[in-house]
Amino acid sequence: MTTLLVLVVLVLVAIAIWQMTKMFEFAQLKTNTSEIANDNDNKYNGYLLFAFLIFIYGITIFSFWKYSKVLLPEAASEHGGEYDYLMLVSFIIIFFVQTITQALLHYFGYKYRGEKGKKALFYADNDRLEFIWTIIPVIVLAGLILWGLYTWTNIMDINEEDDPLIVELYAQQFNWTARYGGEDNVLGAANVRMIDIDKANVLGLDESDSYAADDIIVKELHLPVGRKVNFKMRSQDVLHSAYMPHFRAQMNCVPGMTTEFSFTPITTTAQMRQNPDVVEKVKRTNALRAEWAAEGRPNSDPWEFDYVLICNKICGQSHYNMQMKIIVETEEEYNEWIKSQKTFAETVMVADVQEPDFNPVGAETAELSYKAQD
Amino acid sequence: MSVTAQAHVEDHAHDHGHHHKETFITKYIFSQDHKMIARQYLITGLIMGFVGIAMSLLFRMQLAWPGESFPIFETLLGKWAPDGVMDADIYLALVTIHGTIMVFFVLTAGLSGTFSNLLIPLQIGARDMASGFLNMVSYWLFFLSSVIMVISLFVEAGPASAGWTVYPPLSALPMAQSGSGMGMTLWLVSMTIFIASSLLGSLNYIVTVLNLRTKGMSMTRLPLTIWAFFVTAVIGVISFPVLLSAGLLLLMDRSFGTSFFLSDIFIQGEVLHYQGGSPVLFEHLFWFLGHPEVYIVILPAMGIVSEVMSVNARKPIFGYRAMIASILAIAFLSTIVWGHHMFISGMNPFLGSVFTFTTLLIAIPSAVKAFNWITTLWKGNLQLNPGMLFSIGMVSTFITGGLTGIILGDSTLDINVHDTYFVVAHFHLVMGISALYGLFAGVYHWFPKMFESKMMNKNLGYVHFWITAIGSYGIFFPMHFVGMAGVPRRYYENTAFPMFDELTDVQVLMTVFALITAGAQLVFAYNFISSIFYGKKGPKNPWKATTLEWTAEVKHIHGNWDGPIPHVHRWAYDYSKTDENGEYIIPGQDFVPQTVPLQEDEEELNH
Repeated sequence: MTTLLVLVVLVLVAIAIWQMTKMFEFAQLKTNTSEIANDNDNKYNGYLLFAFLIFIYGITIFSFWKYSKVLLPEAASEHGGEYDYLMLVSFIIIFFVQTITQALLHYFGYKYRGEKGKKALFYADNDRLEFIWTIIPVIVLAGLILWGLYTWTNIMDINEEDDPLIVELYAQQFNWTARYGGEDNVLGAANVRMIDIDKANVLGLDESDSYAADDIIVKELHLPVGRKVNFKMRSQDVLHSAYMPHFRAQMNCVPGMTTEFSFTPITTTAQMRQNPDVVEKVKRTNALRAEWAAEGRPNSDPWEFDYVLICNKICGQSHYNMQMKIIVETEEEYNEWIKSQKTFAETVMVADVQEPDFNPVGAETAELSYKAQD
Repeated sequence: MSVTAQAHVEDHAHDHGHHHKETFITKYIFSQDHKMIARQYLITGLIMGFVGIAMSLLFRMQLAWPGESFPIFETLLGKWAPDGVMDADIYLALVTIHGTIMVFFVLTAGLSGTFSNLLIPLQIGARDMASGFLNMVSYWLFFLSSVIMVISLFVEAGPASAGWTVYPPLSALPMAQSGSGMGMTLWLVSMTIFIASSLLGSLNYIVTVLNLRTKGMSMTRLPLTIWAFFVTAVIGVISFPVLLSAGLLLLMDRSFGTSFFLSDIFIQGEVLHYQGGSPVLFEHLFWFLGHPEVYIVILPAMGIVSEVMSVNARKPIFGYRAMIASILAIAFLSTIVWGHHMFISGMNPFLGSVFTFTTLLIAIPSAVKAFNWITTLWKGNLQLNPGMLFSIGMVSTFITGGLTGIILGDSTLDINVHDTYFVVAHFHLVMGISALYGLFAGVYHWFPKMFESKMMNKNLGYVHFWITAIGSYGIFFPMHFVGMAGVPRRYYENTAFPMFDELTDVQVLMTVFALITAGAQLVFAYNFISSIFYGKKGPKNPWKATTLEWTAEVKHIHGNWDGPIPHVHRWAYDYSKTDENGEYIIPGQDFVPQTVPLQEDEEELNH
C-alpha cells in the first residue's frame, strides 16, 4: 500500500517537474520575462486547450467503455422502465449539449489565441442570438418538466387500488425490520412509546389493537412478483432512507411521521439472477472476491445476486452497513413463506405468560449489522 | 491626442484619502481599510481551504483502500485511527467538516468576502466601504468562527459528524452519534458567529454599491463583478437569517428540551420526551438558506469570470444586459427551489412538482450565461494568462456539472440518484470546482492589485491550472458512474455490499487523481507566498483593463486615490472598440478606460 502511495507521489512530482521545465523553456524563448502572457504562452496554452477538449471527450468515452457495466441492471419494478427511459432521454440531451458546448468553448480558446497586433471583434450583443439560445432551453426544458411531472405524479400516487400488499419498513440504527399486515392486510397501530424490549415488542405495536394480532414481523423482505406493494416507512430514532436501487425506489424514514412509497415488482430474484448483465456482474465480482480470498481478506466469499434495501440517509456510525435482503418470488412461494412466519400474537402477546422466544427469520442479517457497531 | 488627461477634471480635494499615522495594529490587524480586510479574508480562507482539502484526501484514501492502515492517519487523527486504520466516526466527522469548511469558510467568506471587499470600492470609485468599522467587525467575526470551527476538531468526543446539512435528530442527540455532543454545539456556535459576520459584510456591500458609486457610474455601467457581488449580498441577507433561526431552534432542542424538530424517538433503550416536532421542518429551514447558498458561492465566481474573460479576450462581455438579467433571475429563482433537496423527504409530492418546475427554470438563465461566455471568446484576441485559463476552465466545469442538474432537479429522476455519488459529482463540479476556479481566476488576476503590483509567476500558474483541470475531471467524471451504480454517499466503506465490489477500481482512480490535484495546490501555495515577497513588479495596469481599480494608486493608501476620485464616462467593456474607420478609439490602444469621456461622434452602445 505504501508502495502505491509512494508511486503516486513520485508520479505527481514527475508530472509537476516535467510540466514546469517545459513551461520555463517556453518562457525563455523570449527575452521578455514578464509575468503577462506573451504570444508563446498564448500559443502553447491554446494548443493545450485543444488537447484538453480531446481529454474531456477521452475521459467520457473511457468512462462509458470501462464503467457502463457497473451501472444498475434493468429496473425490476413496473414504473422503473419509464424511469430508465426518461433517464436515457435526459442523458442523450445532456451529452448532445455537452459535446457541442465544450467543443465551442475549447476550440474558440485554441482558435482565437492571442497574437500581438491581432484585432478582436467588438461584438457586444445580438438580440436574435440571445433569443435563440434562451428559447431553445425553454422548449427542451418544458418538455422534460412536463414528462418528469407526469411520471412523478404517477409514481407518487399511492392508492389502495388493485389490492396492494401493505408492508411497513421500520428503520432504526442500524438495521431494518419489515412488518406485514397479516391475514387482514392491515397494519396494527404502533408507536415508539409502546416499545417493550423485555417482551420483544420492538416495533411498539399496540397489543390492544385487534389489527396488530396477525401482523408479521420479519428481518427479510419477501415480495410476491406482480403485486403492487404499498410501503409505510417509520423510523424510531434518526432520519434514514429506504433505498431500493434495483426498483428505482427511495423514500426517507422520518421519526414522528409515516412516509409512503409504492411499486410493483416485476422480476423475481431468480429471474434477475438469469439476467445476462447480472450474470456477468456476478462473474466479475466473484473473480475479484476469489482474488481477495487468496490474499486472505475477510468478507470475500462468493456472492450470489440479491436485491437489497439500503440506508441512504446518514444515520450514524454504521450507516454504511444498514441493509436488508429483498426476495421477490412467485405468488406461491410467497404464500408458503408467509404462512411459515409467526404472527405478533404468536410471538409477543404469548410472551405475556411465557418466556420471550422471539427469533425472527433472517436474524443472520441483523447480526451482521450489529457486528459492525462493535 | 491624449484623452486620458481629461480623466481628472473635477476637483474633489475635500474628500482626499487622509493619511493619519497608523500603528502596526491598526494597519495589519484591526484594519478598517477594505484592501487589508480583503487580504485578511483571502489568507484566512486559503488556510481553511487547505484544511478542508487535506480532510478530503484522508477520507478519499479510506474510500479507495478501506480498512487499510496508513501511518499518516495515525499522525493526524491520533486516537481516531488506532494502528493507522480510520475509525467510522471520524470518517463522518471529516466528511462533515470538509463540507462545512469548503462551502462556508472557503467559498463564501474566502471568495465573496475577499473580492467583494477588494473590488467593490475600487471598481465603483469609492474611497472605502460605507462602514469601515463594520467591515472590520465582519472579518474578525469570521476569524473567530473559523477558530471555533477548528477548535471543534479537538473535542474529546469528536467534531460534528451528522453531515454538513446537520439534519436532526442525528445532530441533536449525542446518544445517536458521539459527534453530536460538544462538537455539534461548537459547530452551531461557530456558524452563528459566521452568519453574523456574513450579514454585516453583506449589508455593507449593498449600501456601498447603492450609495458610493462615483459620478457617472450608473448601475448599467458597473462591471459584472460588482453586479454579482451586489446580488450575492442581497440573497445572503435574505437567506442567512433563516439558517440562524434553524440553528437557534436546533440549539433549543438540544439544550432546553424543546421539540421543534424532534418527535417519537426511542433510542438506546429509552423513549425520549420529544413530541410533535418534525425533522422535515428543519430541512425546509436549512435548505431555504442552503440552496441560495450555492448561488452565493457561484455568483461571485461568475462575476469574476465575466470580468477576467472580457479583459483577456480583449472583447466586451457578450450580452451585458442579458448577463445582469440572468444574475437577477438566478438570484430570484434560487430562493424558491430549495425543495429539490427534499423530493423524497416525506413532504407532499405535489410540493415536489412545484419545486421541479422552478428548478428546471433556473437552467435557462444558467444556459444564457454559458452561451454568452462562449460567444465572448469568439473572434477575440485571447490573452491566455492563468486567470483567463481558470475562467475558461470554470465555464467548462460549470457546463459539465450544471447539465447533470437537469437530472437531479427532476423529481422523478432524483428518486434513484438522490444522496448517491451522482449528487456528489454534480455539486462538486458545478459549484465546488467552478467556484474554486473563480477564486483562482480572481487571485491571479487581482494579485497585483492586492499586493502593490507584484505579480504571480505565470509558469507556476500554468502548471497549477493544467494539473488541476485534468485532475478535477479525473476525480469527478467517473464519480457519476459510481452514483449511477447506486453507491450512497457518506459511506465509510462499501465492502458491506458485494454489488459495489467492482467499483473499487474507480475509487482508487478517483483518489489518485485527488492526491495529484491536491499536490498542484501546493504549487499554488508556493507561488502565492513567494510572490507576496519576491514577486516581480508589473506595470500599474498589467492586463490593460478599463475598470477603475487599475487607476488607483499602486501603493496601498487609505482612500485608494491620492488625488480626486475618478469620474466615469462609459461602461466597463470598451475593449477593441473602433470608430467608423476601423481604428481604435484611442490610437494604438485596444481598450478605453472608463474614465475617458465619449469621443466626438462616438456612440455609447446599447449594451
